[in-house]
Amino acid sequence: MSTQPSADPSAFFIPDPEGRIPSAEGYFGAFGGTFIPEALVAAVDEVAVEYDKAKSDPAFAAELDRLMVEYTGRPSPLTEVPRFAAHAGGARVFLKREDLNHTGSHKINNVLGQALLTKRMGKTRIVAETGAGQHGVATATACALFGLECVIYMGEIDTERQALNVARMRILGAEVVAVKSGSRTLKDAINEAFRDWVASVDTTHYLFGTVAGPHPFPAMVRDFHRVIGVETRRQILERAGRLPDAAIACVGGGSNAIGLFHPFIPDAGVRLVGCEAAGHGVATGEHAATLTVGEPGILHGSRSYVLQDDEGQITEPYSISAGLDYPGIGPEHAYLKDSGRAEYLAVTDDEAMQALRLLSRTEGVIPAIESAHALAGALTVGRELGEDGLIVVNLSGRGDKDMDTAARYFGLYDADAAVEAEAASQALIEDDRNGAGTATDEGAAK
Amino acid sequence: MSGNIQLLTDTLAAARAEDRAALIAYYPAGFPTVDGGIDAVKAVFDGGADIVEVGLPYSDPVLDGPVIQTADDIALRGGVRIADVLRTVREAHEASGRPVLVMTYWNPIDRYGVERFTAELADAGGAGCILPDLPVQESGLWRQHAAKHDLATVFVVAPSSKDARLAEITAAGSGFVYAASLMGVTGTRESVGEQAKDVVTRTRAAGDLPVCVGLGVSNAAQATEVAAFADGVIVGSAFVKRVLDAPDHEAALAGVRELAGDLARGVRAAAR
Repeated sequence: MSTQPSADPSAFFIPDPEGRIPSAEGYFGAFGGTFIPEALVAAVDEVAVEYDKAKSDPAFAAELDRLMVEYTGRPSPLTEVPRFAAHAGGARVFLKREDLNHTGSHKINNVLGQALLTKRMGKTRIVAETGAGQHGVATATACALFGLECVIYMGEIDTERQALNVARMRILGAEVVAVKSGSRTLKDAINEAFRDWVASVDTTHYLFGTVAGPHPFPAMVRDFHRVIGVETRRQILERAGRLPDAAIACVGGGSNAIGLFHPFIPDAGVRLVGCEAAGHGVATGEHAATLTVGEPGILHGSRSYVLQDDEGQITEPYSISAGLDYPGIGPEHAYLKDSGRAEYLAVTDDEAMQALRLLSRTEGVIPAIESAHALAGALTVGRELGEDGLIVVNLSGRGDKDMDTAARYFGLYDADAAVEAEAASQALIEDDRNGAGTATDEGAAK
Repeated sequence: MSGNIQLLTDTLAAARAEDRAALIAYYPAGFPTVDGGIDAVKAVFDGGADIVEVGLPYSDPVLDGPVIQTADDIALRGGVRIADVLRTVREAHEASGRPVLVMTYWNPIDRYGVERFTAELADAGGAGCILPDLPVQESGLWRQHAAKHDLATVFVVAPSSKDARLAEITAAGSGFVYAASLMGVTGTRESVGEQAKDVVTRTRAAGDLPVCVGLGVSNAAQATEVAAFADGVIVGSAFVKRVLDAPDHEAALAGVRELAGDLARGVRAAAR
């Protein structure tokens, strides 16, 4: 089989054409596997078997393709952002606009695929976890579309900082359960969704939202998101006449990043750059930089890098972004890191928020705080590459849901503070434009 | 020093020779304190438990309901360490002479080191381990080290387990098989699921290991009901609840001792 992704522009569901990894046991090198309670083994096996059948069923692909075009609005555009790129060492920067998908993020790609699979399995109820609420909103949307009962587990802290998305899910008919255990964020929402699934598995599918979890979820969710990279590769070749020097995405669990990266893996000249949440800084201990400082371990069904203490207790992650504060990471990212094929940067809250403001001011696009971590990474990588550089960034979601967090961060609810923040922000933008943005600003110094 | 898998096997055989099911209690180490937990496990043995599973508290216990989650949280906030869990095993075993297992999730052991953990558990007099998120297909490394140190590998089976899977699990496991009475997490229930008897029958047919039933059993009447068809009855959350509800430590110890006594009479009252 060809190493190149399909060039058929009418096809959107394009599972890994090579099927190299994972292994039959779900391993990406040393990572992955199936660390689940026995009660879930039969259900997870059923998902694997049914997904294998669906993957090679033209009717499944046709139905998913139709939904991606007519419902999601694919293909999503590739937007060049020259005014933003002026701050990135003059490299050309293109954004893959997953924020323009129906429901406002890339999450809908996976959700529609798994919702169709749920129907094939004859199940009538879906449970899912959500952090920022984007996966929950996408899941509630698909459940409304397909007439499935929907229960979304969300950490109590996240229900507060993403109140708008809670309202969206409820409008769509989903039951939203605020999870009060543990750190009351994404990992605890996943624990609670697993507990529900163990007790309800006869009627229920767990519509897992990222490329982590037990086999086959990491490979299946990746396949549903490959459309991001397949489209991007085709679009950048059309627009720039060559492959990019770097493909950049934020990573929490890693689904939008793997979707962008995967079709570029055979292209050795394309740097794959994942941007983790460094929160208040990796040195402070308040972060979610799993690949940067985590150690191999088992969380939520697979072996990967994990934030944990010396006796294997999972530590509580932190990020200003509700979608990135997860103490694990998809096993394929762990594999890509250890093999050296992908590199992972840690981006602080402050860097991400400045990038959010910069893109808003220079291009009229308000990104999700998650995606702003990738934009901050693009500023760094762009300065390394200089003016000849060509970068694609996955703009995985839109920022509407984050306006409350952003308003608090920038002090926009207080008129005096807003004026002060505005002056500071303008000064930063000017500094950047003059090439004095950071100490490691090699590209801009050229 | 070798582990006490033989003591576990002998204890289950002795119960069977008395034509009764064994009483197996679960109790989390470090709850409400390390020494308080050790006292509680000793009290459970005093009350009449044949075997105790000592819980190694974990931050993300996906198979546990709210009662055991609460105990784990209290123990972890109190700073419980694996050394404390092993001391609990050692003191409970030395005081009672009965088999003590550890029940936990896979990550703490993976992180601690499988060889180190199995060697230290055997040295503490432990009889084996139950790891509910380590399914048989991922258990090769664990079983190799457990066997080397004479520790039992107790697998969990569920009502959803297919017969071929039960055969694979009973062939790989040792000591006994933990049959989940229902599809769900730990916690007390009004009644024990109808599915329990079916999964016991199918697991017995699949291999030679004793089959003990847990999940949802909390009182003597339920213990009697389950003891009619199982080789052992496993009770966990009900012990934790006694301690959570007790006004002080003495009342807590009296409470778990009394519950163990009730359950021990319960398993002996079954018509077999």
